[in-house]
Amino acid sequence: MTGARVEMRAAGDRHTGEPVLRLDEVTKIYPGATPVVALDKASFTIRQGELVAIVGPSGSGKSTLLQVMGTLDRPTSGTVRIVGEDVATMSDRALAGLRATRIGFVFQQFFLAEHATALENVADGLLYSGARNGARVAAAATALGRVGLGHRLDHRPSQLSGGERQRVAIARALVGNPAIVLADEPTGNLDSVSGTAIFTLLTELNTEGATIIMITHDRELAARLPRRIEVLDGRIVADVTVPERPLPVEPQRPSPFEPQRPLPVERRLP
Amino acid sequence: MITTAPRRLHPADLARTASVGLRTRRTRAALSALGIAIGVAAMVAVLGLSASSQAGLLAEIDKLGTNLLTVTPGQTMMGGDATLPLDAPAMIARIGPVETVQHTGKTKSNAYRSPYIPSFNTNALTVRAASLDLPAAVRTSLAQGGYLNAATAGRPVAVLGSAAASRLGIARIHPGMRIWVGGMWFYVAGILNPATLTPEIDSSVLVGYPAARKYLHFDGHPSMVYVRAQTDQVEAVYKVLAATANPQNAGEVSVSRPSAALVARAAAQSALSGLFLGLGAVALLVGGIGVANTMVISVLERRSEIGLRRSLGATKGHIRLQFLSEAILLAALGGAAGVAMGVIATAIYANVKEWATVVPPLAWGGGLGAAVAIGAVAGLLPALRAARMQPTEALRTV
Repeated sequence: MTGARVEMRAAGDRHTGEPVLRLDEVTKIYPGATPVVALDKASFTIRQGELVAIVGPSGSGKSTLLQVMGTLDRPTSGTVRIVGEDVATMSDRALAGLRATRIGFVFQQFFLAEHATALENVADGLLYSGARNGARVAAAATALGRVGLGHRLDHRPSQLSGGERQRVAIARALVGNPAIVLADEPTGNLDSVSGTAIFTLLTELNTEGATIIMITHDRELAARLPRRIEVLDGRIVADVTVPERPLPVEPQRPSPFEPQRPLPVERRLP
Repeated sequence: MITTAPRRLHPADLARTASVGLRTRRTRAALSALGIAIGVAAMVAVLGLSASSQAGLLAEIDKLGTNLLTVTPGQTMMGGDATLPLDAPAMIARIGPVETVQHTGKTKSNAYRSPYIPSFNTNALTVRAASLDLPAAVRTSLAQGGYLNAATAGRPVAVLGSAAASRLGIARIHPGMRIWVGGMWFYVAGILNPATLTPEIDSSVLVGYPAARKYLHFDGHPSMVYVRAQTDQVEAVYKVLAATANPQNAGEVSVSRPSAALVARAAAQSALSGLFLGLGAVALLVGGIGVANTMVISVLERRSEIGLRRSLGATKGHIRLQFLSEAILLAALGGAAGVAMGVIATAIYANVKEWATVVPPLAWGGGLGAAVAIGAVAGLLPALRAARMQPTEALRTV
């Protein structure tokens, strides 16, 4: 299961894969005294094996876009197709099944269970997929190996650094080999060194075959990805593809003009 | 085609997700389970204690023997008081399976501590003429002194039942101690221990038949005949006793089995145990409210967990079931602890009272069942709220 998808694509055919996500005129309006248009006729297609940044300032509708793409919310109008299936025709139960098997989420706040080990956290990524416990644990160990945490299986989140926690969360998103990985500000809670490492990990996982959509407000980060979709006030204002540009593997020094984030309190030095 | 239908969780996985809240917030879980535990413990202890005391009473009755039958005169056809024939005890003794026949005859005299006691202060005591082997037949014994014998039966000598002694204010007898019976002094020879099967003897002053005839104008008719029959023949003896005691007027004789009345009394629930059962139910209800409260808070606190689980593919049903089973688990743990506490309390009290420890299955089964039911009811609303929560709302960071 793991190997098949990895070998399905070669490095060069980044934009020729099957469409895994297609948004067509997607509009989301939050009702209220003054209705808020969070998404305004957004349309784009994401193909298998792509690495896409969705970039925009706070309040631009990025989070709404993530929720709509992740089937956590339904659009007011327009269609969302995931692996060819129209989400609007599916019941809540069917959408849950879809999330269990086709979509992986990575959150800014990691959302790891504090009482469980890294291995258990990752195995829980398959909890609702119907896999038996033995298979889940085996897949979790493999996924943790892929994110470089093969030696920390039995550590609890409190014993891991922020970057390691985000790696656990990424492993949890990847464990079921989903068609799409949605990463919501994956580096947002990390210092620049850990953030760069997570960024590099995501690009590596993409070269291994994972389709990754990264949501960020960091334009510089987005510029380093082969495709970026810029969102402003709920509209797609740009969809830029940089074909065949080699990815910067070497982590860049953080820009002196970029505001530095404080270190998370619980981060431990090696 | 691509749609993978949501799967039901394996029971082991359900148990694991249901116990997340309990494992991560142990103190809170323990405290809210304690409410349930106290309620269940009260109910189990009340039911256990009444069952154990019943068992204790039945054991005591067994020790006293269930083969005692009593014969008393009933009513005549005209409604007056009947009498037993003078030779009724002798006739009853001729029934084959009868082992012992003893008897008492009620006199019209009263007993007082001294002649100076007003005559209406009878203390509800009865002066009875008694046969000479009565204590053994009713399975009592002498607390002090001696019983009547062939020599003292004709003399003004009395033996006091246990209640009679205390009502007359006699705790301890000493030589020459007298009481005032039927207008003359009777010497007190002994005091009996309580006779559980035959409480009428406890409130009696017993004198010998010849003495009663001589000093108390007693007509000699027995008013109560105590019959010990072979245990396996009790029913047969019971049937022929009336006709044997008074062949002319068998209908004027009433026969009873004192142990049967005691067994019936043992089976009767006391009003007090009903009250405690009610208190236990109230405690259980309050415990249920505690569980509901814990679950409501838990759902609020674990918003992000709910959101994460939804994003991992949990359906509303998965979330609902998780929180519902958490509440049931919490209450069931409390219930199990309560059953244990109730059983221990029952065992300790029964041990002190030297009863057998009996906890009826209804008590612990019902206690556990009630706890689970309360947990399900308490968890329902929080579970519905958790399931209704939109994933987007649950994932929103505050």
